[in-house]
Amino acid sequence: MADHLLKIRDLRLEGRADETWHPIVNGIDLDLGRGEVLGLIGESGAGKSTLGLAAMGFTRDGVRISGGTVEFDGIDLVNAPLAEKRRLLGKRIAYVAQSAAASFNPAHRIIDQHTEAPVQHGLMSERESEEDAMRLYERLRLPNPDEIGFRYPHQVSGGQLQRAMTAMAMSCRPDLIIFDEPTTALDVTTQIEVLAAIRDIVDQFGTAAIYITHDLAVVAQMADRIKVLLRGDEVEEAPTREMLESPQEDYTRSLWAVRSFERPEKPAPAADAVPVISVRGIDAAYGDTRVLHDVSFDIHEGRTVAVVGESGSGKSTTARCITGLLPPVKGTIRLEGEDLPPDYRRRSKDQLRQVQMIYQMADTALNPRKTVGEILGRPIEFYMGLRGRERRRRVEQLLDEIELPASQFIDRLPSELSGGQKQRVGIARALAAEPRFIICDEVTSALDQLVAEGILKLLARLQDERKLSYMFITHDLATVRAIADEVVVMKDGEVVEQGDKRQMFTPPHHPYTDLLLSSVPEMDPDWLTTLLEERGRENLGDAAIDRMNG
Amino acid sequence: MSAPVGQGDFTSGDTARRKDVPNVFAIILQRLLLGLLTLFVVSIIIFAAVNMLPGDFAQVILGQGATPEATEAIRRDLGLDRPVVLRYFEWLGGALQGDLGRSFAQANFASFVGADAAGGTTVLQQIAPRFANTMFLAGVTAAIAVPFAVGLGILAALYRNTVFDKGTNVFALTSISSPEFFLAYVLILFLAVLNPILPSLSNIYAGMSLGERLERSLLPALTLTLVVTAHMMRMTRAAIINLLASPYIEMARLKGMTPMRVIVRHALPNALAPIINVIAINLAYLITGVVVVEVVFVYPGIGQLFVDAVKTRDIPVVQACCLIFAAAYIVLNLVADILSILSNPRLRHPR
Repeated sequence: MADHLLKIRDLRLEGRADETWHPIVNGIDLDLGRGEVLGLIGESGAGKSTLGLAAMGFTRDGVRISGGTVEFDGIDLVNAPLAEKRRLLGKRIAYVAQSAAASFNPAHRIIDQHTEAPVQHGLMSERESEEDAMRLYERLRLPNPDEIGFRYPHQVSGGQLQRAMTAMAMSCRPDLIIFDEPTTALDVTTQIEVLAAIRDIVDQFGTAAIYITHDLAVVAQMADRIKVLLRGDEVEEAPTREMLESPQEDYTRSLWAVRSFERPEKPAPAADAVPVISVRGIDAAYGDTRVLHDVSFDIHEGRTVAVVGESGSGKSTTARCITGLLPPVKGTIRLEGEDLPPDYRRRSKDQLRQVQMIYQMADTALNPRKTVGEILGRPIEFYMGLRGRERRRRVEQLLDEIELPASQFIDRLPSELSGGQKQRVGIARALAAEPRFIICDEVTSALDQLVAEGILKLLARLQDERKLSYMFITHDLATVRAIADEVVVMKDGEVVEQGDKRQMFTPPHHPYTDLLLSSVPEMDPDWLTTLLEERGRENLGDAAIDRMNG
Repeated sequence: MSAPVGQGDFTSGDTARRKDVPNVFAIILQRLLLGLLTLFVVSIIIFAAVNMLPGDFAQVILGQGATPEATEAIRRDLGLDRPVVLRYFEWLGGALQGDLGRSFAQANFASFVGADAAGGTTVLQQIAPRFANTMFLAGVTAAIAVPFAVGLGILAALYRNTVFDKGTNVFALTSISSPEFFLAYVLILFLAVLNPILPSLSNIYAGMSLGERLERSLLPALTLTLVVTAHMMRMTRAAIINLLASPYIEMARLKGMTPMRVIVRHALPNALAPIINVIAINLAYLITGVVVVEVVFVYPGIGQLFVDAVKTRDIPVVQACCLIFAAAYIVLNLVADILSILSNPRLRHPR
């Protein structure tokens, strides 16, 4: 590349843990030309974010650059004095973080945070920068661009904040922006708006960018080149199309393969079969706010019903109603044809046993001070009345079923497990009650794709072996495609469409289902462009934003 | 729509909307009522506790040779023979109208010189000037100590883990661990005896000019500053450092902001609530707990009056002082609560 902007050579980064330094990034080379977008992809722990920050000459506390060089436009960022680096940061190199909600200071208005960099770096007056912010907001298709900046971060939705942060990164018209998983925390429908906005503005200003993500389909839309990382090492790097068409390395191919997992179709349940769980016309409210309206669906033995929808659509609330944590105001819930008391406190032990739950955050759902053996032993004792040796034998069986060797894992604490292992323990805990029905609440969304696939396969096997019924709450349609038999689409607390999977994935759809489906990124690098053309650029986003704002 | 709560956008979307942000005025009103209720409960406790003090005024004043009849007579004069509950409500009713009763000791003195017992000084007349003096000293101290402590805390957070930070910590901890009278004498030694800059006696009285009052009360104020700085400074430092790992602080750094700006503009506004609360507790201490310093500097504050009243079993004065101390704590904590609430933009600017 003739026009070098960023040149990283043999960069080594180390992190401090347990009093010693451990390698995080082992000798990465990276080149970026002006106006070029490089995708950085890998699972969590691959060192993507650390590398992204190091490209700005920045390391978090407990991380250090132990070797190599980072050269930005001829300036050595490793050895530059702090004051000199500060003159570059925000002005010529900017950063867009994963969670805009956490990265905007809650104490200041959005526009004041926007104007801070240009004013402090002496590029514009506050007034000029405010004007500019409004123009950028308009360009990023934020609603009420003249007014939205004067709100506080908590008064604006997540997708809008993410765009406001992109605008903030643009405030000084930098040469380079590091995007660190900017859409990971967003719904698919919102993600599209943000992706389109980022791509648009990066194009318009000819800004170079490093786009960090774990989602291949996303990076395919954004990047000119893709670099794959695995545990701090580079696996391969190639132009986007080349990489997608013919990945060279096994690891890269395995990343591609995850999305190909799909269960065979099951025969439809007999017409007269009694559903395991039957939700009949329930309404629910938090205080005076009605959050569910007339929700009905059935879940039959051995089948998986995926409940999909954006955040706030009522998926988790429905789960809370079924478990009895939030008694519905109206309607009934039946377990194998029998009415369940609305409040869990009035349900019998056996009714409680039949309905179990697996949570999204295995981290917080397991008691950090109990060993795996104790965590699993508790429901075994409570529901099955087993004690002592019998109890231990049952724990070992369970660990065996979730493919964790009992001898190694039974005495470990949750903090000594990986994310996927914790989720497996969460599954075993639900199984310990020997239920008929399990609610899986976003169980894979906090996990990497390979690990998530392992969890989905495990759930599928357990379902076949035990004729379990699942209610699978998710916002990820790839997961739906992989394991669901039936799909329930929710929006604003109502069911907008339901049916079996094949029917759901073949048109015609309810317009909202259509929006959800078409918003799932695909590997095709032209997907976003084509989609935006189809939807018509002008009203792009506004429809979805209106939906977000209700 | 659900509130944007960090990465958990889709996890807590359903639960977040439940917590409607309550109205600030409703919260403040609730706190005010709670404060009043607390004050009422405290008044009961004070009255009960003071009445349970061993010995009574009559015995103390008459000494060991008192005849039961004489003791009884004085008790009757002062109304001490009537039921406790009745006396409590009389006292409370009076206090609500600003009448804190008559001082036993002053009433006694009045009767010795032949005046009518009922014409003695009221507790209010006795306490008011003392209380004003105490508030003056507390005000002077707060004006010095709060900016000093918060500034020091900010600097300690900015230069955390450096020699400056450690030095500040050692200084603050030393001064808080030393007895107050010792600090007072050290200051007198250096600022009044070796270098006679300030007067070592702080006997202020009515009719003094403000400048003179300030000069006289400077040494006790400095002593008290040394006592209260440590808490406030360490809380400021800790509250700020607590936030330094937040993504928005990292963002500010990545925008190229100077460390000072990162701390003062980005961390401090979010750290205000705990700092305000510690300041309030220390200010309450300045009003209620400064007897030793008053004695050392002969400062006519409410603390000395209180101790004297306890010694002579002058119950109305003791009760009034206790009530004022309790009110000071409650009012300052109330103000701190309200300011903390107002420092939260989510409450100030509901969605």
